[in-house]
Amino acid sequence: MKRLILILTLLAAPVWAVQPDEVLDDPALEERARDLSTGLRCPVCQNESIDESNAGISRDLRILLRERLVAGDSDEEAVQFLVNRYGEYILLSPTKSGANLVLWLAAPVLLLVAAGVGYASVRARSKAKAPETLTDAEKARLEEIMRS
Amino acid sequence: MITELGHFALILAALVAVVQTVVPLVGAHKGWRSWMALADPAATVQLILVGFSFAALTYAFVVSDFSLRLVFLNSHSDKPMLYKISGVWGNHEGSMLLWVLTLALFGACASWFGSNLPASLRARVLGVQALVSVAFYAFILLTSNPFLRMEVAPFDGQDLNPLLQDPGLAFHPPFLYLGYVGLSMTFSFAIAALLEGKVDAAWGRWVRPWTLAAWLFLTVGIALGSWWAYYELGWGGFWFWDPVENASFMPWLLAAALLHSAIVVEKREALKSWTILLAILAFGFSLLGTFIVRSGVLTSVHAFANDPERGVFILVIFGGFVGAALTLFAVRASAMEAKGVFSMVSRESALVANNVLLAVSAFVVFIGTLWPVFAEMALGRVLSVGAPFFNAAFSPFFVVLALILPVGAMLAWKRGNLRRAMTPLWPVVVLAVALGGLAFAMQTGRSALGPVGVILGVWVVGGAAMDLWQRTGRKGLSDRLGRLTRLPRADWGKFIAHSGLGVTIFAVAGLMAWEAEDIRVADIGDRWQIGIHEIELRDVRQEQGPNYITTKADMAIFRNGREVGVVHPEKRFYPVAEMPTTEAGIRNGVLRDVYLVVGDPQTNGGWAVRSYIKPFANWIWGGSILMAIGGLVSLSDRRLRVAAGAAKRRTPAGGVPAE
Repeated sequence: MKRLILILTLLAAPVWAVQPDEVLDDPALEERARDLSTGLRCPVCQNESIDESNAGISRDLRILLRERLVAGDSDEEAVQFLVNRYGEYILLSPTKSGANLVLWLAAPVLLLVAAGVGYASVRARSKAKAPETLTDAEKARLEEIMRS
Repeated sequence: MITELGHFALILAALVAVVQTVVPLVGAHKGWRSWMALADPAATVQLILVGFSFAALTYAFVVSDFSLRLVFLNSHSDKPMLYKISGVWGNHEGSMLLWVLTLALFGACASWFGSNLPASLRARVLGVQALVSVAFYAFILLTSNPFLRMEVAPFDGQDLNPLLQDPGLAFHPPFLYLGYVGLSMTFSFAIAALLEGKVDAAWGRWVRPWTLAAWLFLTVGIALGSWWAYYELGWGGFWFWDPVENASFMPWLLAAALLHSAIVVEKREALKSWTILLAILAFGFSLLGTFIVRSGVLTSVHAFANDPERGVFILVIFGGFVGAALTLFAVRASAMEAKGVFSMVSRESALVANNVLLAVSAFVVFIGTLWPVFAEMALGRVLSVGAPFFNAAFSPFFVVLALILPVGAMLAWKRGNLRRAMTPLWPVVVLAVALGGLAFAMQTGRSALGPVGVILGVWVVGGAAMDLWQRTGRKGLSDRLGRLTRLPRADWGKFIAHSGLGVTIFAVAGLMAWEAEDIRVADIGDRWQIGIHEIELRDVRQEQGPNYITTKADMAIFRNGREVGVVHPEKRFYPVAEMPTTEAGIRNGVLRDVYLVVGDPQTNGGWAVRSYIKPFANWIWGGSILMAIGGLVSLSDRRLRVAAGAAKRRTPAGGVPAE
């Protein structure tokens, strides 16, 4: 029984993220591969990059990416090669084109709008006059305090 | 039997909540004191009932009563006791029960500690709080009942997800819920204030402790989750911008903004309608987070109990509460007249800037999180928004926030003087830039991330310290030291929490910039170098745990040829759930963690082994804990209690109703 469980363990064990045998000999090329693979999503996992993922397909993608780099592709060409095959879903950083511009411009535009509103409201406050008289309720309360 | 009683108590609690909603709200509207007064006993009774219900479910887990469907699905008789108990909330139904328990707990606390509130406000707060509870009781009883029985009781259970069988994760959900649900309290206060048509300094003071409590629980909950990811997932990542992490991070950002804007309401009677809006949005984001986790709209590592029907139900709750609240806000916001006047350069303006940055950053996270859903539905494009986007779009907000924080904290209320505020800060600027330069000179790479982190961290921590020191007056050193100990706790809380933020910012930048990694195949007895350390693989063996089997390695860590420790990274396999997990071997250090992971055996001998140096890793959570402690210290400030006493006297017993 124990032996069976052991065999099961080995079968079910995940393939490891970035196996030693995948690592390229050229350290500069390997570093580029690592940088690129942190930006590519594992197609079958939940929000993991292929650099972190244990899935078999991530291993395939890592190896494919390294093959393209060794073949002399630029970073963009290598990524495009993978996107052409697996779709833009694998880009963890969405393209800065078309409708995605809304996403990318959201931060600066929202900041400008919010800063404008904030500035306007602060300006209004700095121009406003402080209420100088007490309200009726406050007068009554003051009287009550003075009497007691 | 106990299970049925628990089920019955839950239904009773739901009925009590209905009464607690209707009677006090009507009473407050009509000015009937006896109707309003019903809210207090109802809140306590509701807590007792739902508490009993929760205890009954916990009992079923403890004794492994597999006739209960939930226990069968999420427990196992071999499981250690801690995880039998944490299994109660490690699943959808049980976690929703914890959710309503927390709602009732906050309601009861508002009743117990709220004797200083005007009767009508208290009745309305408790009424709105109970209304939120009613929605969630309906959700539990109609879609996710934890008390369903099996027709035939199985012999043993299916075990809890092994990833959840971990001390760090056992307490991660309860803290998060205390945070999420704590924001329901500020929501109730906001709605009650809108119903009353009155927001004043006193309201700001009453709502602040609840915000502070919710925020500090969220801080602890998020930090626990991040810490767990660090040691459990096997590559030492601490934040993934996962939809569910974002779901907890958005309310945290908004709660932080709310915390600061409520100060302005309390001290200066300005920013009232904005504060109300923030309170509504913060709880809205909590509900949205619940929706994201439970509906399966977004795939995520956390997704559990995905069920479209439940998703729709929560979406209705979310839409109902936020929609109604915003409508009420639109009708009543004009009544919130600002009183305080302040100039462009003032503490108030700085806090407005803080709110702008925090709120916009929360919306950036929001858009990034939901963009894939939008793109798929509206554009037909299947795409991902991951860490690279968030790092680029979100981080600048915290850089700017860290830059203005020390200056803003130093500015005077009403009318500040920038030059005067900066005078004591110049030494901090010099120190920060000098240390940043030093870091740049010492590092090998060309990345600016590390030095920028050093500059920001030193600037925020040093600025907070200088701010505290400036409060001690201008006399001699001994006099100032004496005063330092007598400063209000709120000042200390501010110092500690702001320092914590600085520490966390520094640590995140430092870890990302100076991390080192080594991947190799190692045979038993191999030794290799990483950074200033040497690692030796001594042994790898199989062992049997209580409900798992494990591959365990002995790895020794050397420094300057001297052995400094042995760690035992593991690869576990849980046969019942058929899931593997990794347990990294971590040697914690003040300046760096050595993080070792053992992988698969290789076909031609040896083991895949990964070693990392994680600089300043512990500082990330240390900073978070500091933030939480700062919140706690501030919460214990005497001022809140003094004010409580003063407000009590102001409400005459049996006096005239508010309307």
